[in-house]
Amino acid sequence: MPIQVLMPALSPTMEKGNLAKWLKKEGETIKSGDVIAEIETDKATMEVEATDEGTLGKILIPEGTADVAVNTPIATILADGESAADLAKAPAAPAPQPKAAEAPAAEAKVEAPQPAAKAPAAPASEPLPDPEIPPGTEMVTQTIREALRDAMAEEMRRDGDVFIMGEEVAEYQGAYKVTQGLLQEFGARRVIDTPITEHGFAGVGVGAAMAGLKPIVEFMTWNFAMQAIDQIINSAAKTLYMSGGQMGCSIVFRGPNGAAARVAAQHSQDYAAWYSQVPGLKVIAPYSAADYKGLLKAAIRDPNPVVFLENEMLYGHTGEVPKLDDFVVPIGKARIARAGNHVTIVSWAMGMSYALKAADELAKEGIEAELIDLRTIRPMDTETVINSVKKTGRAVVVEEGWQQSGVGSEVAARIMEHAFDYLDAPVARVSGKDVPMPYAANLEKLALPSVAEVVAAAKAVSYR
Amino acid sequence: MATPKKTVAKESGQEKAGSPPEFTREQELKALRDMLLIRRFEEKAGQLYGMGAIGGFCHLYIGQEAVVVGMQMALKQGDEVITGYRDHGHMLACDMEARGVMAELTGRRGGYSRGKGGSMHMFSKEKHFYGGHGIVGAQVSLGTGLAFANRYRGNDNVSVTYFGDGAANQGQVYESFNMAELWKLPVIYVIENNRYAMGTAVSRASAQQDFSKRGVSFNIPGKQVDGMDVRAVKAAADEATAWCRGGNGPMILEMQTYRYRGHSMSDPAKYRTREEVEKVRHDQDPIEQVRNRLLASGVSEQDLKAIDAEVREIVNEAADFAQHDPEPDPSELYTDIYR
Repeated sequence: MPIQVLMPALSPTMEKGNLAKWLKKEGETIKSGDVIAEIETDKATMEVEATDEGTLGKILIPEGTADVAVNTPIATILADGESAADLAKAPAAPAPQPKAAEAPAAEAKVEAPQPAAKAPAAPASEPLPDPEIPPGTEMVTQTIREALRDAMAEEMRRDGDVFIMGEEVAEYQGAYKVTQGLLQEFGARRVIDTPITEHGFAGVGVGAAMAGLKPIVEFMTWNFAMQAIDQIINSAAKTLYMSGGQMGCSIVFRGPNGAAARVAAQHSQDYAAWYSQVPGLKVIAPYSAADYKGLLKAAIRDPNPVVFLENEMLYGHTGEVPKLDDFVVPIGKARIARAGNHVTIVSWAMGMSYALKAADELAKEGIEAELIDLRTIRPMDTETVINSVKKTGRAVVVEEGWQQSGVGSEVAARIMEHAFDYLDAPVARVSGKDVPMPYAANLEKLALPSVAEVVAAAKAVSYR
Repeated sequence: MATPKKTVAKESGQEKAGSPPEFTREQELKALRDMLLIRRFEEKAGQLYGMGAIGGFCHLYIGQEAVVVGMQMALKQGDEVITGYRDHGHMLACDMEARGVMAELTGRRGGYSRGKGGSMHMFSKEKHFYGGHGIVGAQVSLGTGLAFANRYRGNDNVSVTYFGDGAANQGQVYESFNMAELWKLPVIYVIENNRYAMGTAVSRASAQQDFSKRGVSFNIPGKQVDGMDVRAVKAAADEATAWCRGGNGPMILEMQTYRYRGHSMSDPAKYRTREEVEKVRHDQDPIEQVRNRLLASGVSEQDLKAIDAEVREIVNEAADFAQHDPEPDPSELYTDIYR
């Protein structure tokens, strides 16, 4: 029976890709290892190698097709002795999702994990308009990775002291393509590839900032910044204080944080709570594309060290970004993403994806949740949270990180301190489970918060 | 316990230097005065520590004075200096005021960090002194970053980054070496080898005890220098600054020196003999070397005493200020966290 070639997953977070080019024609002989096609992922253009031998029977997805979902059949390969007449025997597209144990028909040159347990997609309900955006502003649809890139490019155009350094930020165009095009526009003086040396280049960045430059230090992921945490905390965060105000540093440390997909414990961890404890640092963890852009611009301009936590799972997500010459979102202000009177749900970053969906579910049952996106973890906008809780009398905090000493614990404590008399139920926390992130798809899903858990918590505090 | 086999500087490896270039009388007098200021300052700090006026950690620089003073004589306005926690001498050599340094040691509002940094954490943007860092080795990548900024701006300033034989075993030092040579950054790595990392002799901690070779695998040139002879330090510093300003990248200077006091005030220094310390003091003291040359060249004892008196006055005034200046206002607790 003819063999189906499926659209491969070429990165841990890839959900779809563009079929850029076929390198083999129908009827051509294919040997195992031949490059048969080029696929553009959200990160790069990748070659697809055949793992089966035979003849390219039929191309099912023509080149130039965009947004082909992972596991869609893209071609069939005829084994020896088969002919085009056998093509009909191939199962009709779309193929069923392969089970985890099955290998895809084609594999890329890089490891191609199966699509992972995914965070829920963007919710159906429209979020509330952001008061930072003037009414009537034209909006453009952008991926979050583009929003980040534009934020950096705009600030680099504005201020010659701003530069970016990190692993693969220049010639490779960014390990996650976030710095795409910056080298071409700003040159190697300002877009600097570093060796793999987190501790060292974090310190170099801080030193340059002490000398008055405004570095953006990209960590390929925040997991690797553990090697540099001494420079972030002891050198960047504390020097202004220890110098009696003489010498601070204007520096942004940024990169993807939190759970990625199927990369296990050492590459899946949320550092919001870690950095949020440190006076002298500002800690930002946005969710929406507009906030990613506006807050990164604010972070670059801020004269203090800023930890900017991004999320790899969100890089490819699109959102509306205001088309303004200079869109800056103030640090330290939460956003009411959805108004409601029955229960307050507080979250930030990826946690918002669960919270938004949960709010939709709750609305179907007549519970109107007020959803607050903290956006900045430090300084925390306690006032917005407290005002909401005073109205609703109930609160749920949603975070991907661990519960003990988590940001959610801090939010709960502040609610207790400032709105105790308004509470009709104890504050509920929904968080990542108290385990290192497992690899297996089912376990990974269990380790993360879920929409169902948020819904259940909201009902529990509502006694429903 | 291993005893170090080398005597300081006498057997310096790479270059068997003859006598370094002579100083002019003016240079000798300046070196003497600057070294004396550091020594008297540190003696006073030790005394104040004993009285309880200075708290916490206090690492004295006595014995190593020729290193910073010789280096400083080769620098120009704008060159940056950064070091670790044994930093009082560096600040005085950078022309920071003794009273501001001493008042920081006593935790008073007139201290360089308004009493919030203490002995190990002082800075002066005006004097291009970038600290004063308490984490061993952290200043090496920071100093490399200062050099990065020089290169970025296209100026001809040099970052002089000091660290000890102990810090020289930290990983980020080599991460910094790699980047500094890769990007040809103007940084002089001054390794102050005082033979003990706290209580651990170099021979017990370092596989390669010739620190001038620590940059070999990065192609960074290095020199061993008699760090007890201020003229040798100045000559090496002249060479290194010229190398860096010429766009050739970093250079390593291993300063072979010695600290007379313990690692900190609370260190009884049981890891070495009294005789060892006495021998260095007697044979190689950096200040005595200059004093003897000056006397031999015809400067009178009287003139030298006048210098000592001037220095003592500065130090006494600083100590007096540091003990009478008020503590920081309680409101200072919450300032300077963000700007």
